[in-house]
Amino acid sequence: MAATLPAPQLKITDLGAGIAFGALALLTLIIAGKTEYPGYAFHALVFAIASGWACFKVFDNATSRGPVAIAQEIDGKPNYNMGPVKFATIAAMFWGIAGFTVGLVIALQLAFPVFNFELPWISFGRLRPLHTSAVIFAFGGNVLIGTSFYVVQKTCRARLAGDISPWFVVLGYNLFIVIAGTGYLLGITQGKEYAEPEWYADLWLTVVWVAYLLVFLATVWKRKEPHIYVANWFYLGFIVTIAVLHLGNNATIPVSIFSPKSYIVWSGVQDAMFQWWYGHNAVGFFLTAGFLAIMYYFIPKRAERPVYSYRLSIIHFWALIFLYIWAGPHHLHYTALPDWAQTLGMTFSIMLWMPSWGGMINGLLTLSGAWDKLRTDPVLRMMVVSVAFYGMSTFEGPLMSIKAVNSLSHYTDWTIGHVHSGALGWVGYISFGAIYCLVPWLWNKKSLYSDRLVNWHFWISTLGIVLYITAMWVSGILQGLMWRAYTPLGFLEYSFIETVAAMKPFYVIRALGGGLFLAGALIMAYNLWMTVRGAPEAREAGLGDALPATR
Amino acid sequence: MTNVPATAPRKTSLWAKHKIFETNSIILILGVLIVISIGGLVEIAPLFYLQSTIEKVKGVRPYSPLELAGRAIYVREGCYNCHSQMIRPLRDEVERYGPYSLAAESMYDKPFQWGSKRTGPDLARVGGKYSDEWQLRHLIDPRAVVPQSIMPAYPWLATTDLKYNDIAIDMKVNRLSGVPYTDEMILNAEADLRAQINPEDPGAADVERRYPKAIIRSFAGDPKRVTEADALIAYLQVLGTMVDFKLYDNKANLR
Amino acid sequence: MANMYAYLAGIAQSVGLVYFVGIFTCVCVYALWPSNRARFDRAASMPLNED
Repeated sequence: MAATLPAPQLKITDLGAGIAFGALALLTLIIAGKTEYPGYAFHALVFAIASGWACFKVFDNATSRGPVAIAQEIDGKPNYNMGPVKFATIAAMFWGIAGFTVGLVIALQLAFPVFNFELPWISFGRLRPLHTSAVIFAFGGNVLIGTSFYVVQKTCRARLAGDISPWFVVLGYNLFIVIAGTGYLLGITQGKEYAEPEWYADLWLTVVWVAYLLVFLATVWKRKEPHIYVANWFYLGFIVTIAVLHLGNNATIPVSIFSPKSYIVWSGVQDAMFQWWYGHNAVGFFLTAGFLAIMYYFIPKRAERPVYSYRLSIIHFWALIFLYIWAGPHHLHYTALPDWAQTLGMTFSIMLWMPSWGGMINGLLTLSGAWDKLRTDPVLRMMVVSVAFYGMSTFEGPLMSIKAVNSLSHYTDWTIGHVHSGALGWVGYISFGAIYCLVPWLWNKKSLYSDRLVNWHFWISTLGIVLYITAMWVSGILQGLMWRAYTPLGFLEYSFIETVAAMKPFYVIRALGGGLFLAGALIMAYNLWMTVRGAPEAREAGLGDALPATR
Repeated sequence: MTNVPATAPRKTSLWAKHKIFETNSIILILGVLIVISIGGLVEIAPLFYLQSTIEKVKGVRPYSPLELAGRAIYVREGCYNCHSQMIRPLRDEVERYGPYSLAAESMYDKPFQWGSKRTGPDLARVGGKYSDEWQLRHLIDPRAVVPQSIMPAYPWLATTDLKYNDIAIDMKVNRLSGVPYTDEMILNAEADLRAQINPEDPGAADVERRYPKAIIRSFAGDPKRVTEADALIAYLQVLGTMVDFKLYDNKANLR
Repeated sequence: MANMYAYLAGIAQSVGLVYFVGIFTCVCVYALWPSNRARFDRAASMPLNED
């Protein structure tokens, strides 16, 4: 080490990464040139440009950095790496608004089919996966990656592991989002709900996800705290399980390397079981475990008191992941899936109610002795209402998994309403709360630009959620009952199209609710923008941390 | 509580060993993996050997090349977002849509298209319910035939030529994971695809022989030109028609 | 088919039950073990005393 050259040195890891990116650029360039499918050629070109840029960036960084490594600590305090967190936060807000907008468009398409405009790219069948992926994977995924990188650093008191890798995770994940989303519009899809991206996007996500796991783990290994904080347990459970689910449900054979198309190795019943094992656990581990991690960090932090019961949180964790994985078959009640599997799925879904409410109680009671903060801190209020929505939808879920209830609710809008009470209420609000906390902390601001605007956001979107889910309850139960209605003579009372026509008013109300939710998010984006632009906090910027923006 | 101060220093010295931190998070991951894999395995593994899920029912055959290409259009346009293909054994469904769906009827479906939402009606047995002309008009402009429909229009299907130069590889890939396409079927894939929309074609009889009960006619009106509408309608018209329920023994398949 | 159901129900009611109760007990014992209290208390306050 003593005889270091004055010239900057290229580390072996940089060299490897650079070569890998270069090779990927070359390969995708060849594919872009040779494929007969224009959509696929476009994707290959995007990959080529992205990996070419990454290759350049890696070498450029390595040569301009100089021989000194980035400090792990400055003045005894960890030198936190908040760049990737900032990027993910901005991306989450961007994709959130995009996803809510597409949701509004498809809600309007169902109320007024003219909004399909007879264009292939924006017809309902292609936009609906774009909506679900944009809100779950683009918005939710960026929130999870961003907050997990923040929480793991803070609770381990250690800088994020790796220099390139955290950026690779964040940028690579967003590249996956772009590929997946544009693919749907171009008609490139696997046709499996919530797992629509084709084989090459899946492959790319696998690489990114492994890198994510390694960055997260390596940071945990560097920690200066004896115990791994429970939020990190939930993050780890989420990352590991999503990897397993992704691999199982996307076991496809591509038609050729020059074709975007692939066929899944499972078929029929087996494929259905794999799909809903994946589908339900995407809810369980992506939309629940991951966001519970947010709850376990951000609510105590914001309320300035430790979680109500740390012991309960440990029991909550194991019981939740243990039970969730069995619940998938409740999506296949009364189908050709064998009865015993359906019964198993129903049993575990009902049991799941207990750990879910255990977690909810733990989150809510964290505020005991500080309930007055709900009046003064709209951000905390948003997160607490989010936990209440979590309690509501985890009560509704087990109810709907009972076969008798499911025979009515399945295939109807009730399911859509249930999903949205969880998605808008729980996932949406806990994410908004976390972002409202994060932005002033990350950009070194004393507080948000305006608490009044947070209040407006809260009330407008709460009204939107209420309109949305009540409309879907009514339309779902109504349609379910109409399908099974008989005349006194024993004939089916309604033709299918009559039940469709009856849905129209509720579809209009739903679109209105969605519009309000989107309006709330736009207010939020404005508020955050003004916060970032506002005057910096008096104290010296640099370490990336600020006091919590309570007032 | 009293023993805490006594044990605490010992604990911290133990915790200070880096190795244990590492094994701890690995133990956490292993625990998660063990816990989640048991549920998945118990529910999924039996489906690969249980009689009711792998049973073959007379009449179920692999899709003809044209039907397979039509299925790809169905998937591409995201029809599964609004249409299920799974009739449940409930009185109103059986009366509305026909006999409840059997596991065997989707045994060659990659991916399965059972769906999860009925914004539109179930399509598991839509085959033969409507004429080709109805299907074509309905695809071009749904509200021309069903005024209250909220389905998007798909006018481009009837004007876009079907791209099928990969169809033989498609079938090969299907065969790799269990669909019993023969060498003969794969060799004649493209010719069979063209012949299925043209009863005059000398190869039409071979299509019928290779894919029993395949419907051979021009689905979208022009027997010389294979459009995406031809393929999609061919697929829709075969849905749910492979099993003859007059001959099917219901009792043998109780579930 | 009916046999399969009986077989699985049998497993669920014997081995399965023991397995579930066992795992749940282990988790509870770990979470409630008295000497773990100090550690958990410290862990719980982790988000509150950061740099």
